[in-house]
Amino acid sequence: MDDIPMDDDERCRDLDLLLTRPGRLVGPGFEPCPELRAFLQSSDCRVLCVGAGGLGCEILKDLALSGVVNIDVIDMDTIDVSNLNRQFLFRMKDVGQPKATVAAERINSRVPGVRVTPHFGRIEDQPADWYRSFSIIILGLDSLEARRYMNSVVCGFLEYDEAGQPDLSTVKPMVDGGTEGFKGHARVILPGHTPCFECTLWLFPPQTKFPLCTLAETPRSPVHCIEYVHLILWGQARAGEEFDTDNEEHMKWVYERAAERARQYGIHGVTIQLTQGVVKNIIPAIASTNAIISAQCVLEALKTLTCFSTGLDNYMMYMGSTGLYTHTAKYEKDPACPICSAGVPVEVDPDSSLQQFIDQLRSDPALGKHLSAPSVSYGATNLFAHGVFEAETAPNLARRMADLVPDDGAVLTVNDKRLRGPMRVRMRYSSSMKA
Amino acid sequence: MLKLFSVKDKQKQQQEANAGAGKPGKLSAGELRIQKDMAELNLPSNITISFPDGKDKLMHFFITIRPDEGIYRGGKFNFEFNIPTGYPHDAPKVLCTTKVYHPNIDLEGKICLNILREDWKPVLSISSVIYGLQFLFLDPNPDDPLNKEAAQLFVDNPRQFEQYVQRAIHYGTYINNVHFPSCTA
Repeated sequence: MDDIPMDDDERCRDLDLLLTRPGRLVGPGFEPCPELRAFLQSSDCRVLCVGAGGLGCEILKDLALSGVVNIDVIDMDTIDVSNLNRQFLFRMKDVGQPKATVAAERINSRVPGVRVTPHFGRIEDQPADWYRSFSIIILGLDSLEARRYMNSVVCGFLEYDEAGQPDLSTVKPMVDGGTEGFKGHARVILPGHTPCFECTLWLFPPQTKFPLCTLAETPRSPVHCIEYVHLILWGQARAGEEFDTDNEEHMKWVYERAAERARQYGIHGVTIQLTQGVVKNIIPAIASTNAIISAQCVLEALKTLTCFSTGLDNYMMYMGSTGLYTHTAKYEKDPACPICSAGVPVEVDPDSSLQQFIDQLRSDPALGKHLSAPSVSYGATNLFAHGVFEAETAPNLARRMADLVPDDGAVLTVNDKRLRGPMRVRMRYSSSMKA
Repeated sequence: MLKLFSVKDKQKQQQEANAGAGKPGKLSAGELRIQKDMAELNLPSNITISFPDGKDKLMHFFITIRPDEGIYRGGKFNFEFNIPTGYPHDAPKVLCTTKVYHPNIDLEGKICLNILREDWKPVLSISSVIYGLQFLFLDPNPDDPLNKEAAQLFVDNPRQFEQYVQRAIHYGTYINNVHFPSCTA
């Protein structure tokens, strides 16, 4: 593949137009200067792309061609034939290889000067500090679970100062993209400022789950037949064997029995493709949707890094099935979000007992109305909890607060049946000593 | 929008190895929610809970129900709860680890309870699931069953159904060539 010979200035001509000229649609504190491009290319600017699949390939391409040099990509998957219609960095000969490795190789060989470092593995296996070392993280994930995990890691870095304001140096920006068929979204998460993923989790509809007895007794659709075999028959006929979605024989076994069951009940429509789709929860993917969403994500990342234009505030959705429609909405933070909110500040006498602390919360004019019988915990440790652990945590009530929680500024979790969810309380020890 | 990066000032933001040291492990959203559920879970005397992996691992526990009335009185039934990381968005996974002759519980321990699948809502809790399980013992549902034969007998001959269940609980017995070991409370 011949590279088109270009010097740096020629390659970055379009980028420089954005970074070196003032404008009226720029972000706060935008300083047009050649140092901005140098910053993007420097080792101070490291971008992580989570996922090297449909979105990931596009994101890597967009980042590399936009002049970012230091890019890391992490993905735990290997390449499958069905990926090749849109994950354009991969070829037939790459099937079976780790996505991250091949993607990095292709970008590195195609874009002169870029340094993509691949990581073949699970996001959970990387320490939190590794994520902290990046300037910005872009997500090209395919599940709610993975997004919640990344969200909790990134929001875990967030610290609030004594006035309850987010400490900007601990705000790790994250851009999240997602696609499903003709639909997609891109959103910008600035912990402490824009809603985090958990703040808006309630907006997701519940997954379709069928009653087990319907599957067993009165199937009415091909999906019922497939799910019956997948969830019930497998456990009976092949007990002990874990069903592996990537195992061809397992998939064929499920398909054949589902087809048989469908015939038995006079139901049409069970095919091997539907079987795979239902069992693996696959929705057919479309290249253009991925391209549009990744482009938006990388654009937002560049804006966050340089402020060359006003950033997305803060959620964009795209619908392409009957036209081209996008809508931008400003989602709001949940002030009681257990993941990203500041926590209610409370000043505590370090010598007071846990019981006195709890009484203090209950008599607080603002908090008291939410509390009837509060339980208090510090991270995973229950200090005093009603319910299941009441008997064993009761002795803590007499203990000194500073002994139970040595860290000043610690965030405690308070639970109460009157509260919708856990409440965060940011404790500060007052210097007064009891006589 | 925030200005998070400043080239001219050249400050090394976000590289400070501050925070995080010495703090207790942050809980995930699912774990925080389970902590709340446990603090609000008041079990009656005939239901107990145990944590096989220790009190810090709240996501895996056993609930034992000893019905004191109804068809299943005198029996002891164990349920294994595995809380997925997506909780409370995803329902808890519950299996009955005691072999039981019941229209809505199959021989692998799968339970047909609406709130565990299609009717699960994040506003429900472990407490609601336990109520649901208790209800299954007090009021088995023969419509849309997981164990067809049990449902049929329950409808055709309720007295014999109860006899089988009581015999299975107190002595262990074979029903339709399947052995149900005794499980007295």
